[in-house]
Amino acid sequence: MSVLQLAAAPGSPEITSRAYRFGALTAVACAVVTLLTLAAVFAPAVAPYDPTQVDPSAVYQGPGGAHLLGTDDVGRDILSRLLYGARASLLGPAIVVVVAAVVGTLVAVSAAWIGGRFDAFVSRGLDVIFAFPGLVLAIVAVAVIGPGLMAPAAALSISYVPYIARVLRTAAIRQRNLPYIAALEVQGFGAAAICARHLVPNLLPLLIVQATVAFGYALLDLSAVSFLGLGTQPPAPEWGLMVANGQPSIVAGHLEQSLSAGLTIVIAVVAFNLLGQGLSRVFLGEDR
Amino acid sequence: MNHPALEVRDLRKVYPVAVTEDCPDGEFTALYRESFTLAPGGSLAVVGESGSGKTTCARLIVGLERATSGAVLVDGVERGRGRTSSARRRRRGREVQIVFQDPYSSLDPRQRVRDCLAEVLTLHFDMDARQRDGRVAELIDQVGLDERQAGALPRALSGGQRQRVAIARALAAEPKVLILDEAVAALDVSIQAQVLNVLADVREATGVAYLFITHDLAVVQQVCDDVVVMRSGRIVERGPVADVLERAAHPYTRRLLASVPRPGWTPRRRTTEGRPPVPSGHPLPPVSETKEPLP
Repeated sequence: MSVLQLAAAPGSPEITSRAYRFGALTAVACAVVTLLTLAAVFAPAVAPYDPTQVDPSAVYQGPGGAHLLGTDDVGRDILSRLLYGARASLLGPAIVVVVAAVVGTLVAVSAAWIGGRFDAFVSRGLDVIFAFPGLVLAIVAVAVIGPGLMAPAAALSISYVPYIARVLRTAAIRQRNLPYIAALEVQGFGAAAICARHLVPNLLPLLIVQATVAFGYALLDLSAVSFLGLGTQPPAPEWGLMVANGQPSIVAGHLEQSLSAGLTIVIAVVAFNLLGQGLSRVFLGEDR
Repeated sequence: MNHPALEVRDLRKVYPVAVTEDCPDGEFTALYRESFTLAPGGSLAVVGESGSGKTTCARLIVGLERATSGAVLVDGVERGRGRTSSARRRRRGREVQIVFQDPYSSLDPRQRVRDCLAEVLTLHFDMDARQRDGRVAELIDQVGLDERQAGALPRALSGGQRQRVAIARALAAEPKVLILDEAVAALDVSIQAQVLNVLADVREATGVAYLFITHDLAVVQQVCDDVVVMRSGRIVERGPVADVLERAAHPYTRRLLASVPRPGWTPRRRTTEGRPPVPSGHPLPPVSETKEPLP
Protein backbone atom coordinates (compact mmCIF):
# COMPACT_ATOMS: atom_id res chain seq x y z
CA MET A 1 0.00 0.00 0.00
CA SER A 2 1.53 3.27 -1.05
CA VAL A 3 1.74 6.33 1.13
CA LEU A 4 -0.93 8.06 -0.96
CA GLN A 5 -3.34 5.21 -0.45
CA LEU A 6 -2.56 5.29 3.23
CA ALA A 7 -3.33 8.98 3.36
CA ALA A 8 -6.64 8.46 1.59
CA ALA A 9 -7.63 5.55 3.77
CA PRO A 10 -10.28 6.23 6.39
CA GLY A 11 -9.25 6.25 10.01
CA SER A 12 -7.34 8.57 12.28
CA PRO A 13 -5.84 11.36 10.18
CA GLU A 14 -3.31 11.94 12.91
CA ILE A 15 -1.90 8.42 12.79
CA THR A 16 -1.83 8.53 9.00
CA SER A 17 0.12 11.76 8.94
CA ARG A 18 2.46 10.44 11.61
CA ALA A 19 3.09 7.32 9.54
CA TYR A 20 3.73 9.54 6.56
CA ARG A 21 6.19 11.75 8.40
CA PHE A 22 7.97 8.72 9.82
CA GLY A 23 9.13 7.86 6.32
CA ALA A 24 10.78 4.83 4.75
CA LEU A 25 14.30 5.82 5.76
CA THR A 26 13.35 6.00 9.42
CA ALA A 27 11.63 2.63 9.13
CA VAL A 28 14.89 1.14 7.82
CA ALA A 29 16.85 2.85 10.59
CA CYS A 30 14.39 1.52 13.15
CA ALA A 31 14.79 -2.01 11.72
CA VAL A 32 18.59 -1.75 11.86
CA VAL A 33 18.54 -0.58 15.48
CA THR A 34 16.14 -3.39 16.39
CA LEU A 35 18.30 -5.99 14.63
CA LEU A 36 21.47 -4.78 16.36
CA THR A 37 19.73 -4.90 19.72
CA LEU A 38 18.41 -8.40 19.04
CA ALA A 39 21.91 -9.48 17.95
CA ALA A 40 23.33 -8.24 21.24
CA VAL A 41 20.67 -9.95 23.32
CA PHE A 42 20.56 -13.25 21.43
CA ALA A 43 24.23 -13.46 20.37
CA PRO A 44 24.75 -16.92 21.96
CA ALA A 45 21.76 -18.29 20.07
CA VAL A 46 22.48 -16.82 16.64
CA ALA A 47 26.28 -16.76 16.49
CA PRO A 48 27.57 -19.78 14.54
CA TYR A 49 30.86 -20.03 16.50
CA ASP A 50 32.38 -19.18 19.84
CA PRO A 51 33.72 -15.61 19.33
CA THR A 52 36.96 -16.34 21.19
CA GLN A 53 37.56 -19.78 19.67
CA VAL A 54 41.01 -19.73 18.06
CA ASP A 55 41.41 -22.10 15.08
CA PRO A 56 44.96 -22.22 13.60
CA SER A 57 43.71 -24.34 10.73
CA ALA A 58 41.24 -21.66 9.58
CA VAL A 59 43.29 -18.46 9.60
CA TYR A 60 42.30 -15.73 7.09
CA GLN A 61 39.45 -17.64 5.50
CA GLY A 62 37.64 -15.49 2.94
CA PRO A 63 33.94 -14.73 3.18
CA GLY A 64 31.52 -17.50 2.31
CA GLY A 65 31.77 -21.19 3.00
CA ALA A 66 31.85 -22.23 6.65
CA HIS A 67 32.52 -18.66 7.81
CA LEU A 68 30.02 -16.20 6.34
CA LEU A 69 32.23 -13.14 6.85
CA GLY A 70 35.49 -15.04 6.99
CA THR A 71 37.96 -15.43 9.85
CA ASP A 72 40.62 -13.21 11.39
CA ASP A 73 44.36 -13.61 11.90
CA VAL A 74 43.93 -16.35 14.51
CA GLY A 75 41.00 -18.10 12.86
CA ARG A 76 38.12 -16.62 14.87
CA ASP A 77 34.77 -16.29 13.08
CA ILE A 78 34.25 -12.59 12.27
CA LEU A 79 30.44 -12.78 12.14
CA SER A 80 30.31 -14.36 15.59
CA ARG A 81 32.66 -11.69 16.91
CA LEU A 82 30.48 -8.94 15.41
CA LEU A 83 27.34 -10.43 16.94
CA TYR A 84 28.92 -10.83 20.38
CA GLY A 85 30.66 -7.48 19.93
CA ALA A 86 27.26 -5.81 19.72
CA ARG A 87 26.96 -6.42 23.47
CA ALA A 88 29.90 -4.29 24.60
CA SER A 89 29.49 -1.90 21.66
CA LEU A 90 25.86 -1.11 22.51
CA LEU A 91 26.06 -1.45 26.31
CA GLY A 92 28.62 1.37 26.55
CA PRO A 93 26.53 3.98 24.70
CA ALA A 94 23.43 2.77 26.55
CA ILE A 95 25.11 3.52 29.89
CA VAL A 96 26.30 6.89 28.61
CA VAL A 97 22.88 7.89 27.28
CA VAL A 98 20.89 6.70 30.30
CA VAL A 99 23.18 8.45 32.80
CA ALA A 100 23.40 11.62 30.68
CA ALA A 101 19.61 11.64 30.18
CA VAL A 102 18.83 11.25 33.88
CA VAL A 103 21.43 13.74 35.06
CA GLY A 104 20.74 16.10 32.15
CA THR A 105 17.01 16.12 32.85
CA LEU A 106 17.53 16.78 36.56
CA VAL A 107 19.97 19.59 35.82
CA ALA A 108 17.82 21.14 33.09
CA VAL A 109 14.56 21.01 35.01
CA SER A 110 16.01 22.33 38.26
CA ALA A 111 17.79 25.16 36.42
CA ALA A 112 14.59 26.04 34.57
CA TRP A 113 12.49 25.83 37.72
CA ILE A 114 14.73 27.74 40.11
CA GLY A 115 16.02 30.19 37.50
CA GLY A 116 17.98 33.28 38.42
CA ARG A 117 21.57 32.86 39.57
CA PHE A 118 21.30 29.10 39.92
CA ASP A 119 20.25 28.85 36.28
CA ALA A 120 23.10 31.13 35.20
CA PHE A 121 25.59 29.09 37.23
CA VAL A 122 24.34 25.78 35.80
CA SER A 123 24.33 27.12 32.25
CA ARG A 124 27.94 28.30 32.51
CA GLY A 125 28.89 24.95 34.04
CA LEU A 126 27.31 23.12 31.12
CA ASP A 127 29.19 25.38 28.70
CA VAL A 128 32.47 24.46 30.39
CA ILE A 129 31.77 20.71 30.11
CA PHE A 130 30.56 21.21 26.55
CA ALA A 131 33.82 22.90 25.64
CA PHE A 132 35.86 19.97 26.97
CA PRO A 133 36.26 17.20 24.36
CA GLY A 134 34.59 13.99 25.51
CA LEU A 135 37.36 11.79 24.11
CA VAL A 136 40.03 13.62 26.07
CA LEU A 137 37.99 13.23 29.24
CA ALA A 138 37.57 9.52 28.47
CA ILE A 139 41.30 9.06 28.03
CA VAL A 140 41.98 10.88 31.31
CA ALA A 141 39.46 8.60 33.02
CA VAL A 142 41.23 5.53 31.65
CA ALA A 143 44.56 6.89 32.88
CA VAL A 144 43.09 7.30 36.36
CA ILE A 145 40.79 4.29 36.67
CA GLY A 146 42.31 1.92 34.14
CA PRO A 147 41.14 0.54 30.78
CA GLY A 148 37.83 -1.24 30.27
CA LEU A 149 34.26 -0.36 29.40
CA MET A 150 33.37 1.48 32.60
CA ALA A 151 35.97 4.25 32.80
CA PRO A 152 35.36 5.74 29.34
CA ALA A 153 31.59 5.21 29.69
CA ALA A 154 31.57 7.12 32.99
CA ALA A 155 33.64 9.94 31.50
CA LEU A 156 31.47 10.20 28.39
CA SER A 157 28.36 10.17 30.58
CA ILE A 158 29.55 13.45 32.06
CA SER A 159 30.51 14.99 28.77
CA TYR A 160 27.15 14.05 27.20
CA VAL A 161 25.14 15.78 29.95
CA PRO A 162 25.28 19.20 28.20
CA TYR A 163 23.99 17.67 24.92
CA ILE A 164 20.82 16.69 26.73
CA ALA A 165 20.61 19.44 29.36
CA ARG A 166 21.06 22.48 27.13
CA VAL A 167 18.22 21.55 24.78
CA LEU A 168 15.98 20.36 27.59
CA ARG A 169 16.55 23.49 29.69
CA THR A 170 15.23 25.75 26.93
CA ALA A 171 12.15 23.57 26.51
CA ALA A 172 11.68 23.35 30.28
CA ILE A 173 11.76 27.13 30.63
CA ARG A 174 9.09 27.37 27.93
CA GLN A 175 6.91 24.86 29.80
CA ARG A 176 7.61 26.51 33.14
CA ASN A 177 6.09 29.76 31.91
CA LEU A 178 2.89 28.19 30.61
CA PRO A 179 -0.27 28.89 32.61
CA TYR A 180 -0.94 25.21 33.30
CA ILE A 181 2.14 25.08 35.51
CA ALA A 182 1.07 28.30 37.25
CA ALA A 183 -2.39 26.76 37.80
CA LEU A 184 -0.80 23.74 39.48
CA GLU A 185 1.30 26.01 41.69
CA VAL A 186 -1.77 27.96 42.71
CA GLN A 187 -3.49 24.67 43.58
CA GLY A 188 -0.72 24.04 46.09
CA PHE A 189 1.24 21.26 44.38
CA GLY A 190 4.91 21.16 45.30
CA ALA A 191 7.65 21.84 42.77
CA ALA A 192 8.84 18.22 42.76
CA ALA A 193 5.35 16.88 42.10
CA ILE A 194 4.69 19.37 39.30
CA CYS A 195 8.02 18.58 37.65
CA ALA A 196 7.70 14.81 37.97
CA ARG A 197 4.06 14.53 36.95
CA HIS A 198 3.67 17.33 34.42
CA LEU A 199 6.82 19.09 33.33
CA VAL A 200 9.09 16.12 32.64
CA PRO A 201 6.41 14.05 30.85
CA ASN A 202 5.90 16.99 28.51
CA LEU A 203 9.64 17.08 27.81
CA LEU A 204 9.82 13.33 27.18
CA PRO A 205 9.45 13.41 23.37
CA LEU A 206 12.33 15.87 23.12
CA LEU A 207 14.38 13.81 25.58
CA ILE A 208 13.89 10.62 23.55
CA VAL A 209 14.94 12.37 20.34
CA GLN A 210 18.05 13.87 21.95
CA ALA A 211 18.98 10.58 23.60
CA THR A 212 18.62 8.62 20.35
CA VAL A 213 20.91 10.98 18.44
CA ALA A 214 23.35 11.05 21.37
CA PHE A 215 23.41 7.24 21.36
CA GLY A 216 24.94 7.23 17.87
CA TYR A 217 27.62 9.74 18.81
CA ALA A 218 28.41 7.93 22.06
CA LEU A 219 28.80 4.69 20.10
CA LEU A 220 31.27 6.41 17.79
CA ASP A 221 33.23 7.92 20.68
CA LEU A 222 33.42 4.64 22.62
CA SER A 223 34.49 2.78 19.47
CA ALA A 224 37.28 5.32 19.08
CA VAL A 225 38.36 4.71 22.68
CA SER A 226 38.41 0.95 22.05
CA PHE A 227 40.26 1.46 18.79
CA LEU A 228 42.97 3.16 20.81
CA GLY A 229 43.05 0.10 23.05
CA LEU A 230 41.71 1.92 26.08
CA GLY A 231 38.23 0.42 26.16
CA THR A 232 37.13 -3.19 26.15
CA GLN A 233 40.23 -5.39 26.34
CA PRO A 234 41.05 -8.35 24.07
CA PRO A 235 40.19 -11.11 23.56
CA ALA A 236 36.61 -9.87 24.27
CA PRO A 237 34.93 -8.83 21.01
CA GLU A 238 34.09 -5.16 20.46
CA TRP A 239 33.66 -3.34 17.14
CA GLY A 240 36.19 -0.55 17.66
CA LEU A 241 38.69 -3.07 18.99
CA MET A 242 38.11 -5.31 15.94
CA VAL A 243 38.91 -2.42 13.57
CA ALA A 244 42.22 -1.97 15.40
CA ASN A 245 42.96 -5.71 15.54
CA GLY A 246 42.42 -6.05 11.82
CA GLN A 247 44.89 -3.31 10.96
CA PRO A 248 48.03 -5.49 10.55
CA SER A 249 46.07 -7.91 8.36
CA ILE A 250 45.16 -5.11 5.95
CA VAL A 251 48.78 -4.91 4.91
CA ALA A 252 48.61 -8.63 4.16
CA GLY A 253 45.57 -8.03 1.98
CA HIS A 254 42.94 -9.33 4.41
CA LEU A 255 40.41 -6.53 4.81
CA GLU A 256 37.58 -8.62 6.27
CA GLN A 257 37.96 -7.90 9.97
CA SER A 258 38.56 -4.13 9.92
CA LEU A 259 36.16 -3.51 7.07
CA SER A 260 33.24 -5.48 8.49
CA ALA A 261 33.64 -4.00 11.98
CA GLY A 262 34.08 -0.48 10.57
CA LEU A 263 31.02 -0.82 8.37
CA THR A 264 28.99 -2.11 11.30
CA ILE A 265 29.95 0.97 13.31
CA VAL A 266 29.01 3.29 10.43
CA ILE A 267 25.69 1.53 9.87
CA ALA A 268 24.86 1.65 13.58
CA VAL A 269 25.72 5.34 13.99
CA VAL A 270 23.83 6.35 10.85
CA ALA A 271 20.83 4.27 11.93
CA PHE A 272 20.65 5.94 15.35
CA ASN A 273 21.01 9.34 13.73
CA LEU A 274 18.27 8.71 11.19
CA LEU A 275 16.03 7.23 13.86
CA GLY A 276 16.53 10.34 15.97
CA GLN A 277 15.62 12.56 13.04
CA GLY A 278 12.55 10.47 12.25
CA LEU A 279 11.39 10.53 15.87
CA SER A 280 11.94 14.27 15.88
CA ARG A 281 9.62 14.66 12.90
CA VAL A 282 7.00 12.46 14.52
CA PHE A 283 7.16 13.80 18.09
CA LEU A 284 8.13 17.39 17.51
CA GLY A 285 7.10 17.95 13.91
CA GLU A 286 10.46 19.30 12.88
CA ASP A 287 13.70 18.37 11.17
CA ARG A 288 16.91 18.62 13.05
CA MET B 1 -17.72 39.05 62.74
CA ASN B 2 -18.29 39.22 59.02
CA HIS B 3 -15.07 39.36 57.07
CA PRO B 4 -14.93 40.11 53.38
CA ALA B 5 -14.09 37.02 51.29
CA LEU B 6 -11.08 38.87 49.96
CA GLU B 7 -9.40 41.99 51.20
CA VAL B 8 -6.50 43.62 49.42
CA ARG B 9 -4.79 46.04 51.78
CA ASP B 10 -2.29 48.66 50.59
CA LEU B 11 -0.93 46.26 48.00
CA ARG B 12 2.09 47.56 46.16
CA LYS B 13 4.35 46.03 43.54
CA VAL B 14 7.53 47.56 42.23
CA TYR B 15 9.67 45.94 39.55
CA PRO B 16 13.33 46.76 39.14
CA VAL B 17 14.00 47.85 35.57
CA ALA B 18 16.93 49.21 33.64
CA VAL B 19 17.63 52.87 34.38
CA THR B 20 16.56 54.92 31.37
CA GLU B 21 15.49 58.52 30.78
CA ASP B 22 11.86 57.59 31.30
CA CYS B 23 12.67 55.81 34.48
CA PRO B 24 15.61 57.43 36.25
CA ASP B 25 15.20 55.56 39.55
CA GLY B 26 15.30 52.11 37.93
CA GLU B 27 11.90 51.16 39.26
CA PHE B 28 8.59 50.52 37.63
CA THR B 29 5.56 50.59 39.88
CA ALA B 30 2.94 48.16 38.59
CA LEU B 31 0.63 48.72 41.53
CA TYR B 32 0.57 51.67 43.95
CA ARG B 33 -0.66 50.92 47.50
CA GLU B 34 -4.18 50.01 46.48
CA SER B 35 -6.93 48.46 48.59
CA PHE B 36 -10.28 46.90 47.83
CA THR B 37 -12.58 44.27 49.26
CA LEU B 38 -14.77 41.56 47.84
CA ALA B 39 -17.83 40.41 49.80
CA PRO B 40 -18.48 36.66 50.30
CA GLY B 41 -20.34 35.43 47.23
CA GLY B 42 -19.83 38.83 45.60
CA SER B 43 -18.51 39.66 42.19
CA LEU B 44 -16.02 42.43 41.69
CA ALA B 45 -14.65 43.55 38.36
CA VAL B 46 -11.22 45.05 37.96
CA VAL B 47 -11.19 46.87 34.64
CA GLY B 48 -8.54 48.79 32.82
CA GLU B 49 -6.51 48.66 29.66
CA SER B 50 -3.47 46.47 29.08
CA GLY B 51 -0.69 47.54 31.40
CA SER B 52 -2.99 49.06 33.97
CA GLY B 53 -1.79 46.63 36.65
CA LYS B 54 -4.82 44.38 36.84
CA THR B 55 -3.05 41.13 35.97
CA THR B 56 -0.20 41.99 38.37
CA CYS B 57 -2.86 42.43 41.01
CA ALA B 58 -4.27 38.96 40.25
CA ARG B 59 -0.84 37.32 40.34
CA LEU B 60 -0.09 38.96 43.69
CA ILE B 61 -3.36 37.75 45.16
CA VAL B 62 -2.86 34.11 44.15
CA GLY B 63 0.79 34.22 45.20
CA LEU B 64 2.48 33.74 41.83
CA GLU B 65 4.38 36.93 42.59
CA ARG B 66 5.46 38.57 45.81
CA ALA B 67 4.10 41.97 46.74
CA THR B 68 6.60 44.70 47.56
CA SER B 69 4.38 45.64 50.47
CA GLY B 70 0.81 45.27 51.64
CA ALA B 71 -1.34 42.28 52.43
CA VAL B 72 -3.95 39.99 50.98
CA LEU B 73 -6.55 38.65 53.42
CA VAL B 74 -9.01 35.86 52.80
CA ASP B 75 -11.84 35.62 55.32
CA GLY B 76 -9.93 38.05 57.50
CA VAL B 77 -6.79 35.89 57.62
CA GLU B 78 -3.63 37.07 55.95
CA ARG B 79 -2.33 34.83 53.20
CA GLY B 80 1.23 33.74 53.75
CA ARG B 81 3.80 34.67 51.17
CA GLY B 82 6.69 32.90 49.54
CA ARG B 83 7.95 29.40 50.29
CA THR B 84 6.07 27.46 52.87
CA SER B 85 5.13 23.99 54.05
CA SER B 86 3.06 21.74 51.83
CA ALA B 87 0.11 21.90 54.24
CA ARG B 88 0.05 25.68 54.15
CA ARG B 89 0.48 25.65 50.38
CA ARG B 90 -2.56 23.42 50.08
CA ARG B 91 -4.54 25.64 52.44
CA ARG B 92 -3.69 28.64 50.30
CA GLY B 93 -4.84 26.70 47.26
CA ARG B 94 -8.22 26.29 48.89
CA GLU B 95 -8.55 30.03 49.54
CA VAL B 96 -8.09 31.51 46.10
CA GLN B 97 -8.06 29.92 42.66
CA ILE B 98 -7.47 31.44 39.25
CA VAL B 99 -8.53 30.84 35.66
CA PHE B 100 -6.14 32.23 33.08
CA GLN B 101 -6.81 33.89 29.78
CA ASP B 102 -5.32 31.42 27.32
CA PRO B 103 -7.40 28.25 27.12
CA TYR B 104 -4.79 26.55 24.92
CA SER B 105 -1.98 26.48 27.45
CA SER B 106 -3.95 26.37 30.69
CA LEU B 107 -4.16 22.58 30.70
CA ASP B 108 -1.48 19.90 30.68
CA PRO B 109 -1.64 18.60 27.08
CA ARG B 110 -0.93 15.03 28.25
CA GLN B 111 -3.60 14.83 30.93
CA ARG B 112 -7.20 13.77 30.41
CA VAL B 113 -9.84 16.08 31.84
CA ARG B 114 -10.98 13.53 34.40
CA ASP B 115 -7.44 12.86 35.64
CA CYS B 116 -6.75 16.57 35.87
CA LEU B 117 -9.71 17.05 38.22
CA ALA B 118 -9.01 13.87 40.18
CA GLU B 119 -5.42 15.01 40.78
CA VAL B 120 -6.62 18.24 42.36
CA LEU B 121 -9.21 16.41 44.48
CA THR B 122 -6.56 13.98 45.71
CA LEU B 123 -4.37 16.90 46.74
CA HIS B 124 -7.01 18.69 48.77
CA PHE B 125 -9.43 16.09 50.07
CA ASP B 126 -9.30 12.74 51.75
CA MET B 127 -11.67 10.79 49.52
CA ASP B 128 -11.93 7.18 48.40
CA ALA B 129 -11.96 6.40 44.69
CA ARG B 130 -15.75 6.24 44.48
CA GLN B 131 -16.28 9.59 46.20
CA ARG B 132 -13.65 11.10 43.96
CA ASP B 133 -15.24 9.80 40.78
CA GLY B 134 -18.57 11.14 41.98
CA ARG B 135 -17.13 14.58 42.66
CA VAL B 136 -15.37 14.63 39.26
CA ALA B 137 -18.67 13.83 37.55
CA GLU B 138 -20.34 16.58 39.57
CA LEU B 139 -17.73 19.15 38.55
CA ILE B 140 -17.88 18.09 34.90
CA ASP B 141 -21.64 18.50 34.99
CA GLN B 142 -21.44 21.82 36.82
CA VAL B 143 -19.43 23.43 34.03
CA GLY B 144 -21.58 21.89 31.31
CA LEU B 145 -19.28 19.25 29.89
CA ASP B 146 -20.27 15.66 29.08
CA GLU B 147 -18.87 12.18 29.73
CA ARG B 148 -17.06 11.98 26.42
CA GLN B 149 -15.27 15.30 26.99
CA ALA B 150 -14.33 14.17 30.49
CA GLY B 151 -12.28 11.36 28.98
CA ALA B 152 -10.67 13.56 26.33
CA LEU B 153 -7.24 15.12 26.10
CA PRO B 154 -7.22 18.93 25.92
CA ARG B 155 -6.32 18.91 22.21
CA ALA B 156 -9.67 17.30 21.43
CA LEU B 157 -11.54 20.17 23.09
CA SER B 158 -12.44 23.63 21.82
CA GLY B 159 -11.30 26.83 23.50
CA GLY B 160 -14.59 27.25 25.33
CA GLN B 161 -14.56 23.63 26.51
CA ARG B 162 -10.99 23.96 27.75
CA GLN B 163 -11.90 27.07 29.66
CA ARG B 164 -14.75 25.12 31.28
CA VAL B 165 -12.22 22.49 32.32
CA ALA B 166 -9.99 25.20 33.79
CA ILE B 167 -12.99 26.52 35.73
CA ALA B 168 -13.84 23.01 36.96
CA ARG B 169 -10.23 22.47 38.05
CA ALA B 170 -10.29 25.74 40.00
CA LEU B 171 -13.64 24.86 41.59
CA ALA B 172 -12.39 21.40 42.55
CA ALA B 173 -10.42 23.04 45.37
CA GLU B 174 -13.66 24.66 46.62
CA PRO B 175 -12.02 28.08 46.90
CA LYS B 176 -13.65 31.04 48.60
CA VAL B 177 -12.52 33.34 45.82
CA LEU B 178 -12.13 32.60 42.12
CA ILE B 179 -10.09 35.02 40.05
CA LEU B 180 -10.95 35.12 36.36
CA ASP B 181 -8.01 36.77 34.63
CA GLU B 182 -9.48 37.72 31.24
CA ALA B 183 -10.92 34.23 31.32
CA VAL B 184 -13.39 34.79 28.50
CA ALA B 185 -11.37 37.29 26.47
CA ALA B 186 -9.96 34.65 24.11
CA LEU B 187 -13.37 33.14 23.36
CA ASP B 188 -15.76 34.26 20.65
CA VAL B 189 -18.86 36.11 21.75
CA SER B 190 -21.42 33.30 21.77
CA ILE B 191 -19.05 31.00 23.67
CA GLN B 192 -18.26 33.88 26.02
CA ALA B 193 -21.95 34.17 26.86
CA GLN B 194 -22.18 30.42 27.56
CA VAL B 195 -19.16 30.47 29.86
CA LEU B 196 -20.48 33.55 31.67
CA ASN B 197 -23.77 31.73 32.21
CA VAL B 198 -21.89 28.76 33.64
CA LEU B 199 -20.07 31.16 35.98
CA ALA B 200 -23.32 32.78 37.08
CA ASP B 201 -24.82 29.34 37.83
CA VAL B 202 -21.73 28.25 39.72
CA ARG B 203 -21.80 31.36 41.89
CA GLU B 204 -25.42 30.75 42.72
CA ALA B 205 -24.78 27.10 43.56
CA THR B 206 -21.52 27.39 45.52
CA GLY B 207 -21.41 30.94 46.88
CA VAL B 208 -17.86 31.44 45.58
CA ALA B 209 -16.83 35.08 45.16
CA TYR B 210 -15.52 36.25 41.78
CA LEU B 211 -12.77 38.68 41.03
CA PHE B 212 -13.16 39.47 37.36
CA ILE B 213 -10.04 40.87 35.74
CA THR B 214 -11.17 42.21 32.38
CA HIS B 215 -11.04 45.01 29.87
CA ASP B 216 -14.48 44.19 28.56
CA LEU B 217 -17.17 46.40 30.05
CA ALA B 218 -19.94 44.36 28.45
CA VAL B 219 -18.79 41.38 30.55
CA VAL B 220 -18.70 43.58 33.65
CA GLN B 221 -22.29 44.66 33.10
CA GLN B 222 -23.42 41.09 32.70
CA VAL B 223 -21.86 39.41 35.72
CA CYS B 224 -20.45 41.84 38.27
CA ASP B 225 -21.87 43.71 41.25
CA ASP B 226 -19.04 46.12 41.84
CA VAL B 227 -16.27 47.52 39.75
CA VAL B 228 -12.83 48.97 40.29
CA VAL B 229 -11.29 50.96 37.44
CA MET B 230 -7.51 50.87 37.22
CA ARG B 231 -5.13 52.98 35.23
CA SER B 232 -1.33 52.82 35.34
CA GLY B 233 -1.26 50.97 38.64
CA ARG B 234 -3.79 53.15 40.42
CA ILE B 235 -7.48 52.71 41.15
CA VAL B 236 -9.14 55.74 39.63
CA GLU B 237 -12.78 54.92 40.28
CA ARG B 238 -14.82 52.37 42.20
CA GLY B 239 -18.40 51.58 43.08
CA PRO B 240 -21.42 49.48 42.13
CA VAL B 241 -21.40 48.57 38.44
CA ALA B 242 -24.62 50.43 37.64
CA ASP B 243 -23.38 53.66 39.22
CA VAL B 244 -19.95 53.61 37.68
CA LEU B 245 -21.11 52.70 34.22
CA GLU B 246 -23.92 55.26 34.19
CA ARG B 247 -22.38 58.13 36.08
CA ALA B 248 -18.69 57.69 35.51
CA ALA B 249 -16.90 60.50 37.28
CA HIS B 250 -13.38 59.89 36.10
CA PRO B 251 -12.55 60.90 32.52
CA TYR B 252 -10.61 57.64 32.02
CA THR B 253 -13.68 55.59 32.89
CA ARG B 254 -15.75 57.72 30.55
CA ARG B 255 -13.30 57.07 27.78
CA LEU B 256 -13.28 53.34 28.45
CA LEU B 257 -17.06 53.44 28.27
CA ALA B 258 -17.01 55.46 25.07
CA SER B 259 -14.83 52.80 23.49
CA VAL B 260 -17.47 50.06 23.86
CA PRO B 261 -19.27 49.49 20.56
CA ARG B 262 -23.00 50.07 20.90
CA PRO B 263 -26.03 50.03 18.58
CA GLY B 264 -25.59 52.57 15.84
CA TRP B 265 -21.83 52.16 15.91
CA THR B 266 -20.29 52.08 12.46
CA PRO B 267 -17.23 49.90 12.05
CA ARG B 268 -14.29 51.79 10.72
CA ARG B 269 -13.67 50.98 7.10
CA ARG B 270 -10.29 50.30 5.66
CA THR B 271 -10.09 52.73 2.79
CA THR B 272 -9.62 50.94 -0.48
CA GLU B 273 -10.74 53.65 -2.93
CA GLY B 274 -9.19 56.67 -1.31
CA ARG B 275 -12.17 57.23 0.97
CA PRO B 276 -11.25 58.70 4.32
CA PRO B 277 -11.94 56.49 7.33
CA VAL B 278 -15.15 57.30 9.24
CA PRO B 279 -13.84 59.19 12.25
CA SER B 280 -16.88 58.68 14.48
CA GLY B 281 -16.56 54.94 14.28
CA HIS B 282 -13.18 54.61 15.93
CA PRO B 283 -13.68 51.52 18.07
CA LEU B 284 -10.95 51.91 20.65
CA PRO B 285 -9.30 55.26 21.18
CA PRO B 286 -5.80 54.61 22.42
CA VAL B 287 -4.81 56.28 25.63
CA SER B 288 -2.10 58.28 23.92
CA GLU B 289 -4.72 60.23 21.95
CA THR B 290 -5.74 62.09 25.03
CA LYS B 291 -8.65 64.39 24.36
CA GLU B 292 -9.24 65.33 27.93
CA PRO B 293 -6.34 65.96 30.24
CA LEU B 294 -6.03 63.12 32.70
CA PRO B 295 -4.84 63.71 36.23
